[in-house]
Amino acid sequence: MPEGGLTAVLRRSTALRTTVRHCGIGVGALLMFAAILLAAGKDPLKAYVDTFHYTLANSYGFSELLVRMTPLLLAAVAVALPARLGLINVGGEGQLYMGAFMASAGAFLLPTAPRLILLPFVAFMGFMGGAIWAAIPGILRAAKLVNETISTLLLNYVAPLIVSYFVFGLWRASENSAYPQSSPFPDAALLPSFFNTRIHAGLLIAVVALLAYWLLLEKTRWGVDMRAIGGNAEAAQRLGIPVPAWIVTALAVGGGFAGLAGMGEAMGIAGRLRQGLSPGYGFAGFLIAWLAGGRPLGIVFMAFLFAIITSAGDTLQMTQGVPYAVVNILLAMILFIVLARRSAGGTSK
Amino acid sequence: MTTPLILGLLAGAILSGTSLLYATLGETIAERSGIVNLGLEGILLIGASVGFSVTAASGNAWLGLFAAGMAGGLANLLFGWLVVTRKANQLASGLAMMFFGFGASALIGARYVGAVIVGLPKWRPSWLAGFRWVKATTLFNYDLLTWVAIPVAVLVWWALFRTRWGLGVRAVGESPAVAFAAGRNPAVLQYQALSCGGVLGGLAGAHLSLSLTLTWSEYMTAGRGFIVIALVIFSKWNPLRAIAAALLFGGAESLQLQMQARGSLISPFLLDMSPYILTLIILVAWGGSRRLAAPAGLGRTFYGSE
Repeated sequence: MPEGGLTAVLRRSTALRTTVRHCGIGVGALLMFAAILLAAGKDPLKAYVDTFHYTLANSYGFSELLVRMTPLLLAAVAVALPARLGLINVGGEGQLYMGAFMASAGAFLLPTAPRLILLPFVAFMGFMGGAIWAAIPGILRAAKLVNETISTLLLNYVAPLIVSYFVFGLWRASENSAYPQSSPFPDAALLPSFFNTRIHAGLLIAVVALLAYWLLLEKTRWGVDMRAIGGNAEAAQRLGIPVPAWIVTALAVGGGFAGLAGMGEAMGIAGRLRQGLSPGYGFAGFLIAWLAGGRPLGIVFMAFLFAIITSAGDTLQMTQGVPYAVVNILLAMILFIVLARRSAGGTSK
Repeated sequence: MTTPLILGLLAGAILSGTSLLYATLGETIAERSGIVNLGLEGILLIGASVGFSVTAASGNAWLGLFAAGMAGGLANLLFGWLVVTRKANQLASGLAMMFFGFGASALIGARYVGAVIVGLPKWRPSWLAGFRWVKATTLFNYDLLTWVAIPVAVLVWWALFRTRWGLGVRAVGESPAVAFAAGRNPAVLQYQALSCGGVLGGLAGAHLSLSLTLTWSEYMTAGRGFIVIALVIFSKWNPLRAIAAALLFGGAESLQLQMQARGSLISPFLLDMSPYILTLIILVAWGGSRRLAAPAGLGRTFYGSE
C-alpha cells in the first residue's frame, strides 16, 4: 500500500512536471512570436487579448473552437495511426481535400436519396477519398519505391487542383457568383448541427475516431503488431507479420480519417464544395500528432491549443491586417523550442 | 510543331529551370554533407519574399538578390543549429522550417502584394540576336542568374569533387565518425555546406519573384521545394546531372505555360498537376537504383562518437 501510494505521488509529480514543461514551451513560443510581430510593427498584446476575447471569453467563441477542433482531431489521428508503424504521413492536407471531393461526388451522385441513406454514403465516400489518396504513397512505400514523406507531400499539391477543376467546371454553381464554389449540396447530405451553433456531427465522428484509435492501439492484437513493426520492421516480418500489407492499411485508414475531416468541412460547414476549404488543417494535424507523441489525450489537448492558434491567425487578419499565413510562424516557434530542447541527449532517431 | 514553338519551349525551359537548378545545387551540397533539408520550400519562399520586398523598397533588383541570398543562408543556419548543434530530427526540423518559411514570407511580403518592380535586367548578346529564328523568341534573352547557372553548377561540382573542402563534406556525408577520426570537424563542414545551400536556395527563390513572375504572392513557390528534393535524388546527388534534371522539369513547366497560352483544351488545373505527377513517376522509376548513389550517412544524426 505505501509503495502504491508512492508510485501514485511520483506519477502525479511527473504529470505536473510535464504540464509545467508544456506551459513553458507555449509561453516561450508566444513571447518569440510577439517579438516578431513587434518587429513587423504590429501590436502583439492586442492580438493575444483579441484572440482571448473571441475564443475563450464567451460561449459562442468557445463553440467555434470546437468547430475548429473537429478537422484538427481527425487530421491528427490520420498522422498518429501510421506513425505507430514509423510512417510519416505529411499528406493530411491532400487527403482532406480528396475526402471533401469524394463526399461531394457522392452527394451529387444521389441527389434525391433520403437522408438515412445519403448521410452514411457521403461519409463512406469521404473516408474512401482520403483512404485512396493515402494508399498511393502506402503502396509506393510498401514496394520500397518511394519514401512516403516525399510522396505524401507532393500529393498535397495535386488534390486541391482536382477540387478546383470540378469547382470551376462540372459542379460550378449556376447562380452568378464571383466566388468559385459548387452548387449547394442536397439538404439530405448536410451533417446535422447542434445547439444553434456550427458544431456539427463531424465532432462526434472525430471523438469516435479518437476512441477507435485508442482501442486499436491499447486493446487489440493489431496494436501489438503495429508497435512491433514500428520498433523493428525486419524482425516483425520474420515473426510473420505481413509488413507491406500493414503499411498500406495503416496509411489508408489514416488517410480515411483525414478524408472524413474534409467531408465534415464540406457537409457540416460550407454546404458546398469550395476551393480553399482548409487553411492547412492537414499540416496542423501532423504537428498535433507529433507534439502529442500519438497519445490520444495529448492529441485532444494539442488540438484545443491549435484551435486557439488558428483563431489567432484569423484575429490577426481581421483586426490588424496581417495575412493568416503569418500564424505559421507561431507554429514554427513551438516546433523549434520542442526540437531544440528534446534531442541533445541523444534520444531522437 | 513549328520551329518557334520548339524554341519558345526551350526558352521557357531554361528560364523556369534556372531557379530549379540553383535550388537543386543548394540541396545537393547540403545532402552531400549528410543533411536533408525538407524545409527547402520555406527557404525558397523566404528568398522570393525578401528579394521582392527589398527590390520594391529600394528599387534595386541587385540589392534584392543579395538580400535574398543572405536571408536564405541565415535561414539555413537556423536549421543547422537545430540539426547539427542540437542534434534534432532532420525531417521534423525540415518541416518546422517549412512552416517558418510559410509564415515569415507572408509577413515579409504582405506590404508588397501588388507592388510593381523592375526585375533583374535581361540582355541578349548582339551576335546572337542576329539570327532570325532567335529574334522571334525570348531565347538567349536572360538575366545574369540564368547566364551563369551552368557555370555555377560546374563550380559546385568542382568544389565538391575536386577540392579538399569537398572531400571533407562528402566524407562527413558518408560517415561522420570516419571524417571525425581523420581530423575533420563534421559540425563545421555541415554548417558550411548548409550555408552554401541556403544562399543558393535564397537565390533560387529570388529568381522566381525577380525574373519569372515579377510579383509576390503567398505560397508562390507552389511546392517547387519538394520537387527539388526529388530532383536531387533524380540527379543522383551530382551537380552536373542536376543541370539535365532542372532542364527537364523547367521544360515540363514551360510546356504547361505554352499550352495554356495557346488556349489548349486541357483544363489549366489538370496541366498544373503535371510537375507533381511527373516528379512521382520519376521517383518511382529511379526507386531501385538510387540507394547506391545516396550519401551513406544521409539523415542520420552524429553524436560525436560511435
